[in-house]
Amino acid sequence: MLIAHTIAEVAPHFEGYVYPNESGPHPLWGVLIVLYPYITGLVAGAFIMASLVRVFRVKALEPVYRLSLLTALAFLLCATLPLLFHLGHPERSYQIMITPHLTSPMAIFGFVYAWYLMAVLLLELWFDFREDFVTWGGTEQGLCGFIYRLFTVGVTDVSAKAVALDHKLSWIISIIGIPSAFLLHGYVGFIFGSIKANPWWGNAIMPIIFILSAMVSGIALCVFNYLVLCWIRRRPVDMRCLDVMGMYLFYGLVIDATVEALDWIHRAYSAEEGFDVMEYMAHERLFYTLSIGQVLVGTLIPLLVLGVFQVARKHIPDMVRLRLYFTCSFFVLLGVLAMRWNVVMGGQFFSKSLRGVMSYKLEFAGLEGWFLGLILLSLPFIILTVLIRLFLAENLPTKGHVPHRLEDAGNSAENTGR
Amino acid sequence: MLATIGGVFAGLLALPLAHSIKRRFRSTTAPSDYDPTQHKWLMCVDVDKCIGCGLCADACKTENHVPEATHYFRTWIERYVIRKPAVDSGKARGEVLVDSPNGGRGGFQQTLVPKQDILKSFFVPKLCNLCEASPCTQVCPVGATFDAPDGAVLVDPTYCIGCGFCIQACPYGCRFLNPVTRTAEKCTLCYHRITRGLKPACVEVCPTQARVFGDLKHPVENDPLLAFVMKNKVNTLKPHLGTKPRVLYANLDKEVR
Repeated sequence: MLIAHTIAEVAPHFEGYVYPNESGPHPLWGVLIVLYPYITGLVAGAFIMASLVRVFRVKALEPVYRLSLLTALAFLLCATLPLLFHLGHPERSYQIMITPHLTSPMAIFGFVYAWYLMAVLLLELWFDFREDFVTWGGTEQGLCGFIYRLFTVGVTDVSAKAVALDHKLSWIISIIGIPSAFLLHGYVGFIFGSIKANPWWGNAIMPIIFILSAMVSGIALCVFNYLVLCWIRRRPVDMRCLDVMGMYLFYGLVIDATVEALDWIHRAYSAEEGFDVMEYMAHERLFYTLSIGQVLVGTLIPLLVLGVFQVARKHIPDMVRLRLYFTCSFFVLLGVLAMRWNVVMGGQFFSKSLRGVMSYKLEFAGLEGWFLGLILLSLPFIILTVLIRLFLAENLPTKGHVPHRLEDAGNSAENTGR
Repeated sequence: MLATIGGVFAGLLALPLAHSIKRRFRSTTAPSDYDPTQHKWLMCVDVDKCIGCGLCADACKTENHVPEATHYFRTWIERYVIRKPAVDSGKARGEVLVDSPNGGRGGFQQTLVPKQDILKSFFVPKLCNLCEASPCTQVCPVGATFDAPDGAVLVDPTYCIGCGFCIQACPYGCRFLNPVTRTAEKCTLCYHRITRGLKPACVEVCPTQARVFGDLKHPVENDPLLAFVMKNKVNTLKPHLGTKPRVLYANLDKEVR
């Protein structure tokens, strides 16, 4: 019965009055548009995580530097897929780049995305990996060797001067990359924030909220990926690195939760138009995804656990911390996904007449079904697996930042109670 | 020399632009000799005159081949029923009930509210508000939606990518995604008719002249549009959003959004 209910299409139910054009079988923007800001946010957050190492010299995070960058790349490659799948005419999508309408946030996003992919992420990765590409291209045979040699683009100079230049350029790109990452995801926030027709979306601080939640989700994803990678490779976890990631996750969550709470308090206090319907949504239609998913699971529980870690880390055994970090990162990832759902779907569950609401049951199949959503969400993880096998393989010698350097792991195991 | 090269370059750039504008205007179904800069169309609505017969919504569907389903409308009628306030409630008006079954096509069944409980009841025709600062045009990523110089807000169906951004941006719920063409669609004021000297279908069939339509640049003798504006105190829908709607309503109640 439960399974049948989960996969069956359920006709929407309307309460009150909604404009006739809003009374279709499902909201105009469905789960694909929920995934679009979610995936983009993970990109921005993972990149900020990597920047902590490169720009802010947070040495403790070195084991996850390259993993963070590759995570950002894997997710960035998939970031526009949900949008493309959603379009009525995906074959015309190139028009956004060729004849952009410059007052449209969506049009400018195309350029921001291209800039971030081409000028920031790929370049930073290339400068960081170039020396290794040259080394691996010489030692590896077959397809992998060919790929490494191809990625050197013929630049095989690995003299100390050339490598120093690589590092310098990589650092400069990383500095440019931080505002670019903010711009990338801030712009996604602006796509929603610019819709003044919708009182839930039309909000000046929507880009800020998106950026903060993106940072939180990106850090959580790096924690999650790092722990899964360690588990798959049966390698010890660098607890110092994990504690520092946990610390940034905690402070990110504090700021994110504060700003989001301020947004709601301000709306309530100033009795903004549409707040009544938003309040109703939070209590009724979005109770599970907002009150339970976003607030309790995605924010309060991780805040409590990570907060305790900040003051009493020394008294908590490694294994307990490790498992709770893993749980918290997973909860935060779920919470931010719930937040994207609440913004995208919540904004469409009430009519712009502010007189009616709709209930909606996510379908199983079809373009707006959760099955396709699941596939699209899995795709970046599949790409990341390939990237890790290619560029973070344990058997490849490297001078770069890799998740498992035996000497680091050994040292950190001794320093876990710092 | 440099100026010549610049001129040739600018000319080469202008050619595809001119072609694009021409092509876009062909998509509006206007005749080739129609000059949009010589007209300024406007629609006004007198709420007190609407009897909720729904002929306008019906005519629009037929004239513009709007999909039959009950959630695709270029124009529709809303019915407002305001109950009397409960005794000792301290309120001037009671609960407001709004409905628009099938967009008002075929008229309205009698309301379930007992007659003695009704304080006031009226019908409101809805259509594209022809905003001067149209948010739908602003957000379109490819410029498929555009403001014609004659006041109409149009969509080029051969250019629209079907992202739905304009539909989300319209505060009045006037747009929908056509399930056949997979592009955004809206009221065009029956552009194929008005550019040939005819009235929009909804105006043509309205038995009470609740909808008044005309060309502000070519007022006729005893122009109904000018008479409407002179006679009535007019208002627009959701003026606080800054979209500057051009469609004017007379006798508009505060409950109408």
